[in-house]
Amino acid sequence: MSGDAVPGLIAVLAVTVATLAIGTWGLRFSRTTSDFFVASRSVNPRLNASAICGEYLSAASFLGVAGLLLVGGAQMLWYPVGWTAGYLVLLVLVAAPLRRSGAYTLPDFAEARLGSRVVRSACSLLVVGVGWLYLLPQFQGAGLTLESAIGAPRWVGPLIVGSVVLVNVMSGGMRSITFVQAFQYWLKLTALLVPAMVLLVVWVGDGRPAGSGAGDSWSVPVAGGGAIGLYGTYSLMIALFLGTMGLPHVVVRFYTNPDGRAARRTTLVVLALLGLFYLWPPVFAALGRVYGGDLVAKGNADVLVLELPRLMVDGVGGELLTGLVTAGAFAAFLSTASGLAIAVSGVLTQDVTSRFVGERGPAGTPGSIAPAFRLAAVLAVSVPVLVALFATNVGVAQSVGLAFAVAASTFCPLLMLGIWWRGLTDAGALAGLAAGGIGAGGAAVLNVVGVQGSGWVGALILQPAAWSVPVAFATMVLVSLATASRAPLHARRFLVRLHTPEVLEVGG
Amino acid sequence: MRRRGHLGSEADRATFRALHQASLASPALREGLTADSADRAIKHLRALLGTPALALTDTATTLAWDGTGSHHRAQAGALAAMLVAPVGSDPTRDWTRTVEPTQLPCSTASCPVRTGVISPLVVDGRVIGTVQAFAPTTTAGLIRATEEVAQWVSGQLDLAELDASRNRAMEAEVQALRAQISPHFIYNSLGAIASFVRTDPDRARELLLEFADFTRYSFRRHGEFTTLADELRSIERYLLLEQARFGDRLQVTLNIAPEVLPVVVPFLCIQPLVENAVRHGLESSATVGHLRIVAHDRGHECVVEVEDDGVGEDPDKVRRALAGDASLDSVGLGNVDARLRATFGDDYGLVVETAPGAGTKVIVRVPKFAPGVSAQ
Repeated sequence: MSGDAVPGLIAVLAVTVATLAIGTWGLRFSRTTSDFFVASRSVNPRLNASAICGEYLSAASFLGVAGLLLVGGAQMLWYPVGWTAGYLVLLVLVAAPLRRSGAYTLPDFAEARLGSRVVRSACSLLVVGVGWLYLLPQFQGAGLTLESAIGAPRWVGPLIVGSVVLVNVMSGGMRSITFVQAFQYWLKLTALLVPAMVLLVVWVGDGRPAGSGAGDSWSVPVAGGGAIGLYGTYSLMIALFLGTMGLPHVVVRFYTNPDGRAARRTTLVVLALLGLFYLWPPVFAALGRVYGGDLVAKGNADVLVLELPRLMVDGVGGELLTGLVTAGAFAAFLSTASGLAIAVSGVLTQDVTSRFVGERGPAGTPGSIAPAFRLAAVLAVSVPVLVALFATNVGVAQSVGLAFAVAASTFCPLLMLGIWWRGLTDAGALAGLAAGGIGAGGAAVLNVVGVQGSGWVGALILQPAAWSVPVAFATMVLVSLATASRAPLHARRFLVRLHTPEVLEVGG
Repeated sequence: MRRRGHLGSEADRATFRALHQASLASPALREGLTADSADRAIKHLRALLGTPALALTDTATTLAWDGTGSHHRAQAGALAAMLVAPVGSDPTRDWTRTVEPTQLPCSTASCPVRTGVISPLVVDGRVIGTVQAFAPTTTAGLIRATEEVAQWVSGQLDLAELDASRNRAMEAEVQALRAQISPHFIYNSLGAIASFVRTDPDRARELLLEFADFTRYSFRRHGEFTTLADELRSIERYLLLEQARFGDRLQVTLNIAPEVLPVVVPFLCIQPLVENAVRHGLESSATVGHLRIVAHDRGHECVVEVEDDGVGEDPDKVRRALAGDASLDSVGLGNVDARLRATFGDDYGLVVETAPGAGTKVIVRVPKFAPGVSAQ
């Protein structure tokens, strides 16, 4: 495998170096006063949208979607559609009010809206849970990538990537600097777009052969199995459409927008950029039907994107393309995992570890990274790495789907009702978060430890969103109605602020 | 032999209960006497007195009623108004009154609100309201207890008044800070602008407009908070004006992470630091002065550093300035520090690194989110 490993290794090194270089020097060059307006200009929506996409497009998108489509056919298109459409819900119902609330994280929003430390703590707990659930498939995907690119055993990937992410986060080298994350998006798009174009040309040159064994079921957009299949498809749609707004690393990026209007524009651009990106995994999947039949037989569909260039193009060209997709895949889990790890450690620092370790560094170095944050980062990364080593491999995209289901069953009701309904109380929010969290979270844990049911039970555990989201909403509403006297006094004023467009700047 | 969990005699336990009830009522009362705070405090006060009904009023209306017989609610306000009117606001007289059944007309036979005790709430030498306890019969004990509760409530309200005046003092200081910018700076700026009027009229015009925008921001009346972007924009104008005066002697370097520009900060919390840096770093020495302003993104908080390479300062003097010693030159420093602490908590005070001859670096940390802090 040593010859095969070279392009992959070079690509991984190149991505790491480029990322660190942009992070270190990108926006660090100093400016004089005459450039002040440039220096003090906010991040514009296009750059911020690229950054959001860079952080959002994980290994599940880069590797998982093509693999799922290859095996499952058109019904799996709901993954990329859902991951994009989630931003439509975010755009219409959440983006601008959330920005106007001034909240930086989801727990911040809960505290500002409900004025309750208890609900805040519950949200922090859930952020950590969702973050871990989302980190898990990133590390598993990393194992797959390194196995395919360098030929390392599968347990090496999570360990190596976990350590790289940890070093990144702790050294501050890959903080959520907008520029770095934006670069990651364009890198991932290029890494998918260029090989796809080349492979399409090769396919046309081969006389456009049809795929083997692509039966009718491959092109049906609903899972087979009658009512159960239909349930699974709808449940997945609910999870993905409503889960996006509850992802911790996505929400913090919206803070960078100067106002609610910019938040909306950013979301619009995100929709376009994601649409552009998700055009390409299906191309890989379709070509995979033609050239990559062995991968399905070997049960190794997740590496389709990495293997296809070699299968279709011989010699140096194939190696170059392999290097490019490997770089993209590495960027995919590096950026998402770092973003998530930072979000999770941030919450852990604020609400857990700073109670045990002093939050501030030694006197005189307030800019340095505090010991509490280091401890939190170790916790944030090591837990999912350990689980990735020992848990059964649920499949990269499916596992991410579960993280979405938990987010959709907890933060979605909190945000929707918090933004659009005056009557939400702290007790109601807490009960709803508990109901949704225990429901969807319990199902996710069952999946991770490998419990599988058959028939309806299996479907309800594998795709919990269709029942857990309504349960969470209903609990939140009913308990709020029952405890109406606990509604915070400032609710009306707060909602007015959330929904009032920022006025034209009057008088500086 | 004393066992753990043994709480003493019955009398001791009664004391503990009373103290506990008082401590429950205290946070609400510390917000001052309003319908809202009265509403939250009154049930604890009634538990303290053990009467069937209790009312809190201001000098004319009932603010809160707890217990049975709430159909008497309106009467309580009227009683307060009636009793305050003749006595006026002179609290020196023995003011506690009992209320006869004739003054509490009631159609409900079983209503326990037959008689009452009214005791005044006195804050700062003025009667601002009453505590009214109602019971089937009035005892000397009830009168005494009501008086004591009224005095304790008055004490809490006094403290509330103190809190309020401390906040007012802080606001006045911000106002002073706005005004404080003017004299030196205005003379110097206008002087510098005047020097350009003949040689470079366009530049003079631009500087005048900058000056106008700068003063408009600094003297703005509304809003306790602003965004870091607005604060930096104002600092830019300030520096342009100072550069017109000092020319190449003032070298400014900026390094701002765009992610932190939307962060909400107290109004005028960075600008005084920049002004200090220019004044101390430059005015006293004849050589070129370097000024560096840096804003970092640090996850859930942002860090702003203002650094100069001027004469520096004795750390002890800085410590006294931060402690609020107004006799020193750096008035802005103590004010900014106090306002940051008041807004974000004691973890977020200023950090000053300095020594004589070694320049000065002032570091501000601001959390990206704090409950109740918003720019509008």
